[in-house]
Amino acid sequence: MNVLSGEFVSVIGASGSGKSTLFKLIAGLLEPAQGQIWINGQKSGKRLGKVGYMPQKDLLLPWRTVADNVMLPIEISKEKKQEKMSEIIEGLNRFGLAGFEKAYPHELSGGMKQRVAFLRTIMTGRELLLLDEPFGALDSMTKHNMHSWLLELWEDLQKTVLFITHDLEEAILLSDRIYLLLDKGAVKVLKVEIPRPRRSELIYQTEFIAMRKELELLIHNEK
Amino acid sequence: MKNRFKNWAENYGLFLLVVVLLISVWEWVVKQGFIPSFILPAPTSIWQSLMENRQLLLEQHLPATLKEVLLGFILSLIGGVIIGGGMHFSRALEKVLYPFLVISQTVPLIAISPIFIMWFGYSIWSKVAVTILTAFFPIVVSTYDGLKTGGEEYREILLTMGANRWQIFKKVQVPLALPAFFSGLKMSVVYCVVGATIGEWLGASEGLGYFSRRMSGNLQADAVFASIFLLSLMGIVLFLLISLVEKQLLKNKIH
Repeated sequence: MNVLSGEFVSVIGASGSGKSTLFKLIAGLLEPAQGQIWINGQKSGKRLGKVGYMPQKDLLLPWRTVADNVMLPIEISKEKKQEKMSEIIEGLNRFGLAGFEKAYPHELSGGMKQRVAFLRTIMTGRELLLLDEPFGALDSMTKHNMHSWLLELWEDLQKTVLFITHDLEEAILLSDRIYLLLDKGAVKVLKVEIPRPRRSELIYQTEFIAMRKELELLIHNEK
Repeated sequence: MKNRFKNWAENYGLFLLVVVLLISVWEWVVKQGFIPSFILPAPTSIWQSLMENRQLLLEQHLPATLKEVLLGFILSLIGGVIIGGGMHFSRALEKVLYPFLVISQTVPLIAISPIFIMWFGYSIWSKVAVTILTAFFPIVVSTYDGLKTGGEEYREILLTMGANRWQIFKKVQVPLALPAFFSGLKMSVVYCVVGATIGEWLGASEGLGYFSRRMSGNLQADAVFASIFLLSLMGIVLFLLISLVEKQLLKNKIH
């Protein structure tokens, strides 16, 4: 399994197929019993603090304001807060969170919380981002909005993303490639040939539906 | 303004009504002579005694007890946080100290207090020692348990940001521990008043506990009740003060 620089790669698999474990391994929270993890052409021993990790829950600190939550990775890496302030304000604007700097997480909607958590992950400044079902807990309408928003944002974000999801539509819409984790450790790769920039209305086009059918067949045949 | 009053009335109105009712019944029962006043003095005579002795009570005995309570509380706070925090960081320390902590709470206070009098004499420190013995336990336990409060997922996400142990402690574990910690503080401060009073009963030359003991020796029930009234008022005020600090600090910590 590999991810190229600047690529958006999704990982799909049934519950219990080890997707979240895979992410914890890459993030450095767990160590592999066998196999190796290479980042930027180097076999990586200490990976903690080298990749941005966003788990399923937003995990915003409830006692911190939006701005302070986003500031957290900067505090931890002991960078100068003032220097990053403009970057954070710009990020909040771009993420549709302007005016909510001083709000607390419990005052935000689910979609907004997720965007704050995503911005926090980006503020770690890491090139590789691991997103573990970031939209899994959102209702379908909010999710749809988040897709449009992320597609728009994606072009100038210039990050490498590894993305866990259960949602086939989401995977096709967002990714360059899709990894399917199947039974007994089998892995299949699918390339999504739809050109960028993409729009969320894409899901109604024939090539998209064909792709979805193919994906569903692959999963189904395996069972 | 009107709304705030309405809110207040809704919260405490019923309680106040019952208090007024109880005091009226109490007054009536004693005044009618159903209960002799040396057993249960009437509220009005307690108030009268409070007024008569107000100089002695408010200028000498109340400050003396308050001093013991505050000194005991502050020392318990410092010691409790250090011990609770230390037990959190070191498993060895936890294994050694926890049994001692439990033992310290099973020793009957009344039995051990004369020992404190033997050690510290009639000085303020014998009373402070009893106060600490009653007050530090809730602080240790709430600090220790508070620091254990979940937060595993927060810990992980901070780890992936490259945080060290101290940063995780400061930014996640301490804030998560605060609600439990404040519950401990509120319990502890009330226990402080109890501890100081017991200490004074066993040997003192001033303080509300000393005063109530002397008055009960004189069979002046109204004066005993007057000092009890002041003691519980002290406990209530201290409790409210800590609740206020808690409210200010934890305003935004509700999930």
